[in-house]
Amino acid sequence: MSEHEYTPKSKAGKWFNDRLPLLTLGAHLTDYPTPKNLNYWWTFGGILTFCLITQIVTGIVLAMHYVAHADLAFASVEHIMRDVNYGWLIRYIHSNGASMFFLAVYIHIFRSLFYGSYKSPREVIWIIGLMIYLLMMAAAFMGYVLPWGQMSFWGATVITNLFSAIPLVGDSITTWLWGAYSVDNPTLNRFFSLHYLIPFLILGLVVLHIWALHVPGNNNPVGIDIKKPSKDTVPFHPYITIKDAFALLVFMIIFAGFVFFTPNVLGHSDNYIPANPLVTPAHIVPEWYLLPFYAILRSVPDKLGGVILMFSAIFILFVLPWLDTSKVRSAVFRPIYRQFFWILVIDVLMLGYVGAMPAEGIYLVLARVGTIYYFLHFIVVMPVVGYLEKTDPIPMSISEPVLTGGAEPSLARKVNDKV
Amino acid sequence: MSKEEKKINRRDFLFTASYTVGAVGVGAVIWPMIDQMNPDKAQQALATTEVDISSIEPGKSITVLWRGKPIFIKKRTSEEIAEARAVNMDDLPDPQKDEDRVKEGKDEWLVMLGVCTHLGCVPLKDKGDFNGWFCPCHGSHYDVSGRIRKGPAPTNMEIPKFEFVDSNTIKIG
Repeated sequence: MSEHEYTPKSKAGKWFNDRLPLLTLGAHLTDYPTPKNLNYWWTFGGILTFCLITQIVTGIVLAMHYVAHADLAFASVEHIMRDVNYGWLIRYIHSNGASMFFLAVYIHIFRSLFYGSYKSPREVIWIIGLMIYLLMMAAAFMGYVLPWGQMSFWGATVITNLFSAIPLVGDSITTWLWGAYSVDNPTLNRFFSLHYLIPFLILGLVVLHIWALHVPGNNNPVGIDIKKPSKDTVPFHPYITIKDAFALLVFMIIFAGFVFFTPNVLGHSDNYIPANPLVTPAHIVPEWYLLPFYAILRSVPDKLGGVILMFSAIFILFVLPWLDTSKVRSAVFRPIYRQFFWILVIDVLMLGYVGAMPAEGIYLVLARVGTIYYFLHFIVVMPVVGYLEKTDPIPMSISEPVLTGGAEPSLARKVNDKV
Repeated sequence: MSKEEKKINRRDFLFTASYTVGAVGVGAVIWPMIDQMNPDKAQQALATTEVDISSIEPGKSITVLWRGKPIFIKKRTSEEIAEARAVNMDDLPDPQKDEDRVKEGKDEWLVMLGVCTHLGCVPLKDKGDFNGWFCPCHGSHYDVSGRIRKGPAPTNMEIPKFEFVDSNTIKIG
């Protein structure tokens, strides 16, 4: 990975490093040449790593006190809240941590969309990232079931019933997922097992995500290829570590604000009612981070169609690097795409909003418009705009616009030249 | 002090202050993660147990549970008390008078944590070479006062904190 050979100074270090080159890895991570113009949108990778570790640590702690049984789960969560030393703090960090994790991952994904980080040669980083995102949604969903409140139970019922839409084998698959004839104790048990497993799968994928990142190196706000190391790069440590640390501190302040002042604002009060298989809550909503997909699901007046469209909304992102025909990465130099990017942001936010509203009247209309635009953006806008758009001139290097002091790069080259 | 020196000192101060604040923050996060493994409020609520001892015959004993551990409550006969008090202190690995192991005026009542001080097994009653208890795990012999006499256990069986609520009830803990 590293361009240069690293030799430990001490004899013991050399002995060890010859057998397991951990010190070489450490030196690579320290010296890793990073574009010097990375802005604060690039700090969310580090923030997400923090989120993952926080969830794993608090999760392991919660598992020491939680009981995965339909008769005991709800009481054990209340036991954590009332009896366990600092249990309230640890649980609130874990439950709000899930929301903070998704907040960060959405910023991370939209940063990638804006600056074209998913494009060649970074497609594999993007795809691994989407796999992480899928696993996050699975982990979050199953975690939400564990307290065995009303929302847990009925959320689990609704989501598992999605699979019953599959023709012919749907019912068998749903029963297989449940391990019973409804969401019941076997379901809770396996959800707990998988909820404990998935974060470690995510951790493994994060290692691959970073490994894949370190092959081409970071994209940057200008979106051009840079020579490494050069005057366009800085060593990862201390330049990026200190910037990441500062952003992380700000993020932690917001995180702590939720944990200490409004720990339940992102949850649903119905989940403090024990699960009751005989009564469905009047209004079932998933956690906020799943709402856009929920809106897409409900916008289709057909069971199978809704499920297919909802999953397509995620899976279409996997082929995004090949749907985008533009050779220019950063939206900074793409005046048309830039506008569509912001329309997409608004579209997804709107879908999230209507996902939380009743599926009727104007909300249903908005959900349908939003769904149609979502798919149009990826299937039509991205290929066509990439093909037709006249992009702004891009600079030769990161340093150049800075050194010349102007927004207009003097040594600009046309995109159609070799990028 | 030159300007250069002053600058360095200020930076040192900022570093030290930052690290200190950081260390306090990290500590404030780590402590709850450690403390959560200590006995929680539900466990602490079990800290005392009241026992009715009116039905125990002389020479017999009962075993009750306190904080998940067995407590032996034995009503000793006068012969047993005399035997316990006749022991020479030099014969005891952990010298302790029988009088110090019971409440004054309630000499017949031996209330003791029924846990072998070697590795935590529960000794069997009326067994062993000293007319007291015998631990089957590693062969420790205790006398009728619960004192270690022979075997690997280092100390006498522990006397918990307890009191007589009335003549028929004791409160342990």
